[in-house]
Amino acid sequence: MSSPVLFAEGLRKRFGGYYALDGFDLSVPAGTVCGLLGPNGAGKTTVLRILSTLMRPDGGRATVNGFDVARQAAEVRNHIGMIGQQSTVDDILTGRENLALWGRLYHLSAANARRRADELLEQFGLTAAGSKQVKHYSGGMRRRLDLASSFITAPSVMFLDEPTAGLDPRNRIEMWSAVRALALGGTTVLLTTQLLDEADQLADQIVLMDGGREIASGTPDELKARTGGDWIDVTVRNIAEIPAAAGVMARTAGGRLQTTPAENRVSAAVTNRQHALTDVTRALHAAGIDAEDVTLRRATLDEVFLLLTGQDLEGEEAS
Amino acid sequence: MNGFVEALADGAVVAKRNLIKVKRVPDLIVFATLSPIMFVLLFAYVFGSAIEIPGMNYREFLMAGIFAQTVVFGATITGTGLAEDMQKGIIDRFRSLPMARSAVLIGRTTSDLLNNVIVIVVMSVTGLIVGWRIHSSFLEALAGFGVMLLFAYAISWGMAVVGLAVRSPEVVNNASFIVIFPLTFIANTFVGTTNLPGPLKAFAEWNPISAVTQAARELFGNTSPGFPAPDVWPLRHPVLASVLWSLVILAVFIPLAIRQYRKAVSR
Ligand SMILES: Nc1ncnc2c1ncn2[C@@H]1O[C@H](COP(=O)(O)OP(=O)(O)OP(=O)(O)O)[C@@H](O)[C@H]1O
Ligand SMILES: [Mg+2]
Repeated sequence: MSSPVLFAEGLRKRFGGYYALDGFDLSVPAGTVCGLLGPNGAGKTTVLRILSTLMRPDGGRATVNGFDVARQAAEVRNHIGMIGQQSTVDDILTGRENLALWGRLYHLSAANARRRADELLEQFGLTAAGSKQVKHYSGGMRRRLDLASSFITAPSVMFLDEPTAGLDPRNRIEMWSAVRALALGGTTVLLTTQLLDEADQLADQIVLMDGGREIASGTPDELKARTGGDWIDVTVRNIAEIPAAAGVMARTAGGRLQTTPAENRVSAAVTNRQHALTDVTRALHAAGIDAEDVTLRRATLDEVFLLLTGQDLEGEEAS
Repeated sequence: MNGFVEALADGAVVAKRNLIKVKRVPDLIVFATLSPIMFVLLFAYVFGSAIEIPGMNYREFLMAGIFAQTVVFGATITGTGLAEDMQKGIIDRFRSLPMARSAVLIGRTTSDLLNNVIVIVVMSVTGLIVGWRIHSSFLEALAGFGVMLLFAYAISWGMAVVGLAVRSPEVVNNASFIVIFPLTFIANTFVGTTNLPGPLKAFAEWNPISAVTQAARELFGNTSPGFPAPDVWPLRHPVLASVLWSLVILAVFIPLAIRQYRKAVSR
């Protein structure tokens, strides 16, 4: 296998007495999408800022396409595009003007910048809105324009910091397909997100972070397998039946147990996939518990996170 | 050298970005010119009748002072503009580009300089309407405007450091008001300095804004033999003093601003 496009080893970054990154490693092969997933303050943005040369690490090292981010920052900048957590396109300019302006900053001639602007509007599905001022754009169009504005030179690496934060589901899905298209075109993408769904949908490789370190990494499926793979959810009609249902499931499913009283639900990790559904249904029936719904499913990334940190992604302690 | 030319070209693009904004959202420049117009009218008609300048019309004396105050305030938008770009993450985007570190600052200070030119034109017209006249040659008058704009440009670089360090446009705005407002009043801008109490008098006489004002007054021919400049070096050689002040401020703040830009961390 060729050497990774993005590589980090033992990255540390200190703010005052607090380590925002505390020995962070990363390795992303060419043309893949890597998702940094973690709660607020995990250090996701800090990783992106260091890799995109905006910030120097206090320890460790990192390379982009083999160039050291601290010592060869200028070369690195020739290979990357980034969109920050906030949108940076100008409201009062039109989409086309925004792109032409960024094109000029990438040292295209005025004519080339205009031509490239049109190509990018086309590529990111914004041709119809190209002559409108950005203040009339939807959140999703704005984000796609952000993406386009950092893709002027078709860099081989794109850093996206929470690219879909604040978007409604439809806009989010549009943004996802734009990101997928970039990856299909061979661009290596490193994105951060707090949404499990997003990492699940987009990433070839997920790095789960908390407190400035990686706590797990792998493909979405590998990570889900970490919790035992499959879970069974039982929804009872009456909240009072939860303890009894939990008792039954602890005996029959065999794995970890989790209750969600607000939704009248008990979940259990499954050790024996083949018989789990019938075993649990039968045992519930025998115990006289009236189950409204019994389903078998893959673990969610939230459960992986919970398992590894004892916290869910919103940072609440599990009960 | 090549890098410098490139920085200028990038700076021009950044300046264009800022200027398009001014064109499409003219409120900014409208308010930037309305307040000096108001000042001209207030001072000319309200205080003008109370303040006596021997041997000349107060309105003639006043204009250079108002010009100086206004362009210095005009320069503070460099700070608010950069703080705003900082807050919005735009500086981060710029910094991730293969672009000279000084380009954004060159662009910003240049567009703010052009704003000041517009403001000066509007004020000159207002001044002419209320009876201000230039009694020198065309070239001298141009030099008078040049001295003020150079000084304002230098202040812009100082404000760039403040804007990048403070990162909140509101705070930059308030802070610069608190510092610059007294600075432009404890000077020879609106009254003579001779009657000020001791320490204030010394401050006013050495205040760079006084030198700039005096330089403009002399270059516009708005002086009177009945009201000579106080016998301190910067006010006896105001043009030289103003240029020196400007160069010193530039020499200190350009490197500081570039350094601050390089390590700027937006949150
Ligand atoms: N410039 C800074 N000065 C001080 N502390 C900082 C700075 N930048 C980040 N931090 C701190 O470092 C930690 C990690 O921050 P970072 O922005 O990388 O987190 P994140 O995972 O991107 O979080 P979010 O999901 O909120 O964007 C946080 O505790 C944050 O408060
Ligand atoms: Mg972040």
